[in-house]
Amino acid sequence: MDLNYSKEELAFRDEVRGWIAENLPQDLRDKVANYEELSKEDLLRWHRILAKKGWVAPHWPVEWGGTGWGVVERYIFEEECGYAGAPPLVPFGLMMCGPVLLRFGTEAQKKRFLPRIYNGDDFWCQGYSEPGSGSDLASLKTRAERRGDRYIVNGQKIWTTLGHYADWIFCLVRTDANAAKKQEGISFLLIDMKSPGITVRPLILMDGGHEVNEVFFDDVEVPVENLVYEEGKGWTVAKYLLGYERLNTGRIGASKRELARLKEFAARQPGDDGRPILEDPRFRDKLTRVEVELAALEITNLRFLDRMRRTGQPPGAEVSLLKIKGTEIQQAITELFMQAAGPLARAVRPADGAAGFDRFTGVLAPRYCNFRKTTIYAGSNEIQRNIIAKMTLGL
Amino acid sequence: MNFDYSEEQQLLADAVRRYLAKDYGFEARKKIVASPEGWSEAVWRQLAELGLTGLPIPAEYGGFGGGAVDMIGPMEAAGEALLVEPYAATMVAARLLARAGSEAQKRAILPQVVEGRLRLAFACLERGARHDLSRIGTRARRAGDGWRLSGEKVAVVGAPAAARLVVSARTEKGASLFLVEAGETKQRPCVTLDEMRAADVLLEDTRAELLGAEGEAMPWIEEAADFATALVCAEAVGAMKYACDATLEYLKTRKQFGVPIGSFQALQHRMVDMVIATEQARSMACLAASKVDGAADACERARAVSAAKIKISDAARHVSQESVQLHGGMGMSEEMKVSHTFRRLTVIAGEWGDAEHHLARFAALEAAR
Repeated sequence: MDLNYSKEELAFRDEVRGWIAENLPQDLRDKVANYEELSKEDLLRWHRILAKKGWVAPHWPVEWGGTGWGVVERYIFEEECGYAGAPPLVPFGLMMCGPVLLRFGTEAQKKRFLPRIYNGDDFWCQGYSEPGSGSDLASLKTRAERRGDRYIVNGQKIWTTLGHYADWIFCLVRTDANAAKKQEGISFLLIDMKSPGITVRPLILMDGGHEVNEVFFDDVEVPVENLVYEEGKGWTVAKYLLGYERLNTGRIGASKRELARLKEFAARQPGDDGRPILEDPRFRDKLTRVEVELAALEITNLRFLDRMRRTGQPPGAEVSLLKIKGTEIQQAITELFMQAAGPLARAVRPADGAAGFDRFTGVLAPRYCNFRKTTIYAGSNEIQRNIIAKMTLGL
Repeated sequence: MNFDYSEEQQLLADAVRRYLAKDYGFEARKKIVASPEGWSEAVWRQLAELGLTGLPIPAEYGGFGGGAVDMIGPMEAAGEALLVEPYAATMVAARLLARAGSEAQKRAILPQVVEGRLRLAFACLERGARHDLSRIGTRARRAGDGWRLSGEKVAVVGAPAAARLVVSARTEKGASLFLVEAGETKQRPCVTLDEMRAADVLLEDTRAELLGAEGEAMPWIEEAADFATALVCAEAVGAMKYACDATLEYLKTRKQFGVPIGSFQALQHRMVDMVIATEQARSMACLAASKVDGAADACERARAVSAAKIKISDAARHVSQESVQLHGGMGMSEEMKVSHTFRRLTVIAGEWGDAEHHLARFAALEAAR
């Protein structure tokens, strides 16, 4: 047994690390490190830097711009980006729509959309959840009626992340209301967000931030060439997407960076005895437990990668484990940050815009609030446990 | 043994609850929070009319002479409604004044508080002291007949709405309390996570009047903090009750896979654990209040209050987190009251000392026995 990266993998890691150090703009790095809001432009700037280097979609086939890296290299790359504090790559185009088109799209669809996703020309969002269909996604009601060479779409999507930035939305819609099973009769449509009849309404989260939306469809016309795969086979596409191998679900690199920052921060915050809270055994123990949890998750992640590499099989329910533990760790870190700041974390913004307000300390409690979403989104952790119970344990 | 409230206590609690249910609904509160001041003078007048602003103030100054137990009902109601007016802040400072102040000070201020014309705040937290109220960096020096204070108090809830502040500061003789005109301080007002208004208060050779005996304030400060902790414990119970009620309602009405999600055993058990935590918290809130009123000595009082706060901090965290998780995405939405209750409970978990602070305090008190 050897738990270490090979010499070649280490050399690859150093290459990636060195390149990021030289090419990640300092202002973006600072924004990420200080938990500032990232604008659409911020997100796209990093996307385009990676696109120019040829590293924005490592998992795509080489002819579409992929790097040809193996699973371990891809994992190393993603974790190095997180560790360096690069802005996240918005997954809807690169990790979701792109792979779907590569697997199910027509040549025309690939040629039309993939290069624009790659270069960051189109910003994508995901139209899955509906008010009545969250965990039970297949019960979705947004309907698309075929009329000649177009679909007429009516309905509503919810929790549409960054929908207010998006040029395009990929949607699950119901094309056959009379199908025997609810999973049947669902289709996968690509919809231009500029289409008449689309309304985007912000949904403000409890930290006051605007990242998700409701999207309303009122007689929206969608050309039939924007149907992906066959009509009524959308669930197959959706399942492929949900099961698509996401190696960095645990976000280990980012959590490592944040833990390091937390230690620096806690070394400057007073505990009850006046010494740094970092030296307080009660705080220290909590912090250590999170660190140990993260170390375990990293090894678990590497074990899965090693198995994938050797068997060539995509990960199954393992991804659910990574999601559960990864999000719990992320939440624990936000909570420790808030705790380290103690009573000072209560003030979240100046009442009169006055100067002298400590923005970093002010963002810690809202961030703790915001990160409650991580155990809810992308398949709640309860659903992830159901998946493990069913798929791995056969319960 | 009798855990029932007296008839008077019950009547007051019911009256407060009725008033808040009628005039302090989620939408009304939202408007208040969004207003420039962030609290409502009209609501304050109503609180005074109900008798709440005189509740813990001695009868000779127009109050009702109530104790912490009398405050449980109103504070629970405040927690349920997520009251943002600086009620607890004013009551804690007023009670401290009633205990430590001179006759003249009490006559000058307390009747105005009772009548709802004056608000107070207790400025006791400092940047370098976390939850330890005895580590006081603010200095007081004599100047003629009076005193001058220099230093900084942080996150003083209610300071922007207060006319007077009770401030802890150190003289040559040790920890002391002072009364300061709020208008003579420099304040950096802020909005808190739980949508209240607070301020960092800068004292730059600010005029002050001694409150109580010089150098002998620590027992008063400790007692005020224990009283305040008992209030926040009761408030937490109200907030947790709302979180439980709202979550239970959601589990019964939200359908997925063709059935209410409350039919899933995995969620049922988590709901049950929230209710158990709230029941345990309620017991400890009763204990804290009754010991603030009737403990044989300061040590017994402090032990009970710290024990209560450990339970309440843990429960506040557990219940708030679970209430959001079981609501799914809706729990994250600013449009849902439960997300605001989450924010209040998050603050309560750390207010007047987090669980870790009170664990250490409890252990120290044990060791000293």
